[in-house]
Formats: sequence, structure tokens, C-alpha cells
Amino acid sequence: MHIRLFRHIGHFVVLLIIQIMILNNIRFGGYINPYIYVLFILLLPVDIKGWLLLLLAFATGLIVDLFSDTHGMHAAATVFLAFARPGVIRMVSGRSDFDPGTVPLISVMGASWVLLYSLVLILLHHSLLFFLEIFRLSEVVVTLGRILLSSGFTLIMVFLGFLFLDKTDKRGR
Amino acid sequence: MRNLFSFIIRYYFFFLFLLLETVAILLVIQQQHYQRAFFVSSANFLAGNVYKLTSGITDYLSLGKVNRQLAEENARLLDLTGSSFLKTDTLEFIHNDTVFLRRFQYINAGVINNSVTRRNNFLTLNKGRKHGIEPDMGVITFNGVVGIVTNVSENFSSVISLLHKDMQISARLTKNDQIGTLIWEGHDYRKVTLTYIPTHVELSTGDTLVTSGFSVIFPPNIFIGTIGQFKIRRGDNFYTAEIDLALDFNSLKYVQVVKDLMNDELRELESQTQNVTR
Repeated sequence: MHIRLFRHIGHFVVLLIIQIMILNNIRFGGYINPYIYVLFILLLPVDIKGWLLLLLAFATGLIVDLFSDTHGMHAAATVFLAFARPGVIRMVSGRSDFDPGTVPLISVMGASWVLLYSLVLILLHHSLLFFLEIFRLSEVVVTLGRILLSSGFTLIMVFLGFLFLDKTDKRGR
Repeated sequence: MRNLFSFIIRYYFFFLFLLLETVAILLVIQQQHYQRAFFVSSANFLAGNVYKLTSGITDYLSLGKVNRQLAEENARLLDLTGSSFLKTDTLEFIHNDTVFLRRFQYINAGVINNSVTRRNNFLTLNKGRKHGIEPDMGVITFNGVVGIVTNVSENFSSVISLLHKDMQISARLTKNDQIGTLIWEGHDYRKVTLTYIPTHVELSTGDTLVTSGFSVIFPPNIFIGTIGQFKIRRGDNFYTAEIDLALDFNSLKYVQVVKDLMNDELRELESQTQNVTR
């Protein structure tokens, strides 16, 4: 259990460093902003307490906001992601009875499950984020394009993250 | 009450979500109103220091680009130094016999109507379009500026006198080439007022004043008059000087209408320049 906790803290630190130090400074073609830090929320145990999930999401978003001058946008989007997560898990897997402490990894859930789960949540997160950033509806088409492109990139990165974690997890065992 | 509590506890996930989401969106809205006024900003101490650190690293990554920019700037500066110019020592002269290209032509005309007593005075001349007079031509005599042609008929032309509230003529002091503006304040037809001569200029009674030649209307160096009394008006940083006109407007008989042969060229050039700089 403690090893799990340290693992999550490790995810948190590493992902935020990657996000803030590297990804925030890269603008792929001006439209694409991948946000890999959402992987931290995606990787939390399936049966995590709801209040803890929401508070962790809020804190994560707020830290990213702090370093991106985005004033609560990431917090709002990440809280929204966390709120949607239990429902999405139920929807994607069609059941809610998991072993206690189950972590959504490829080795546990399967690649297609992880892919669908990540795609839905990333789309929700990015949609709210980019619309909050624009804060008006006049540039809907451009914003939708940005959401799709960035979501695609984030999904690729998140999936690579899952693959990487899967390898290290197996080696660890 | 108990029901309400149990309701909230039952759906606490949703209410906590609402609370956190509201806080976050309030932050967003706050930022829309007060730019950078909230604590969540990279002006924040922690973020500021982290960014100082990262920019220390990324500065190294952009060294190549900075070097290229500096090299380009060096090349440009080197291009400007004397060593990059070849000294030829063979000055070329273009000789042609248009050293004195005619610029001004004068048309003599008689004054057939004149006034000096009104605030805005006009003259009428006995020559018009038939004799080559056009609007906006200057009118002078050998000892002073008279006015500017406004309207032309076949045989007559009317002239705005220097003694008019809308007349402003650029004038030059012969002793130090300072430029000022002549206006008529409407009291005495033998006196006009010179303004916009800065206070650091030494002025003395009796200094002579000629036309500056800056406009296309009057040729340069037409004698206007001499400086009489002068003072610095309260709050101004230029002189206001009274000019004794050499010309007696009340006894005008004959005047010369100035035709500037390069008028069109100059106007075209100046309007082009204004269009470019606008």
C-alpha cells in the first residue's frame, strides 16, 4: 500500500515537471498544447474516495495554473475530469466491482480499455480547458480544432506513459 | 435538516465537485477582470524562481539563435564602417548650363480695390486668368508681402491681404536665420506680429525680417520689415514681436504676382512624402 502511495507521488512530481518545464514551453504549430499531467489523475486507483479524487485534481490543476498564468482554467478542467472519471470507468468497463486498490493499467485493464478511457476523459478535460481559455463562443471552429489536435497529442503521450508504466510495473514485480 | 444533511452527504461527490468547479471558474473570471491581480500568477515567488531556473537552462538552448543574430548584426555594422568603402579620389562633376534654372516669374498688376480698416482685408487686381494668374499665387512688392490670390476671373483677381485673420506667413530673421510666423492681430495696418521665435534667440529692435521661402507661394528673401517692440508673453516660451512693415498697405498701387514654375513639382513631392509617412 505504501509502495502504491509513493508511486502516485512519483507520478505527480514527474508529470508536473515534464508539463511545466518542457511541454509548457513548446508550442507545436501554435495550436497544439499537450497536457500530459492529466495522466496523474487517470492513474489513481479506481476505488479512490471521491473527495480525495476531487481535491487532488483541484490541487494538480492549481499547480499547473500557477506555472502557466492560466488562473484556474486547469483547476476547473481537471476537477471536471475527476468528476467525470467514475462515470466513465463504469461506462467503459460496464461494471463497477473492482478489486480494492485496482490501478487502471494496460496489464490490468487491457490496451483498448485504457485507450477509450483516456480518450473520453482527455476530450472532456481539453474541451473545458480551451473554451475557458477563449472564454467566448465566437471562435468555436478554431477552438474545436485546437481541442481535437491537442487531445490527440495528449492521448498519444498519455498512452506512451501507460506503456512505459506497464513495463516498469512488470519489471518491478 | 437531517434529511438535507443526509442528502448532501449522499451526493457529496457532486456538491464537492460543484464547489471546487465554482472556485476555479471564479478564478478564471477574476483574471478576466483584473489582469494578474490574483495570487495565482507567475509573479508568485515560487513560480518566479522556478522560471528563473528554467530560463537559465533554456537560454543555453537558444544560444545558437542568439549567436546567429549577433553575427548578422556584426555584418551589418561592419558594412557601415569606413574600411568597407573604396576610396576612389575621382570626384565626378556634372556640367550643364542650367545652373540658374528659372524658378519664379513675376506678373505685374495694378491694385484697383484695397482696404486696410477691416479685420479681414482683401485686394482686387486688374489682371486675371487671361494674364496667367492662378489661385494660390503670392502677391508681393519690392518691399513687402501683400497677400495670396484666392479667386481669379478672366480679367481680375482677388487677393487675401496679409491683413487678414487667416493669414500666416513664414518669416526669417536675416541676422541669425531664425524662422517665425507672421500674423496680423487686427489693430494697425502698419504693424504685424511675429511669433514662435524661441526665447534663447537674441532679439533686438531694428532686426530685419524677410520671407523664408519655405512655402511655394513666396520667393525667399523678400523684405518684410523691422522688429519694433518685443516681449515674452506670460507662460510662453517664445517671443511676441511687433513688426513695423516696410510696406504701406494704404498706398498700394502696383504689385507683382509670383508664379512659381516648380510649384507642381514641389507640391507633388511633398504630398507623396506625406502619404508615405502617414
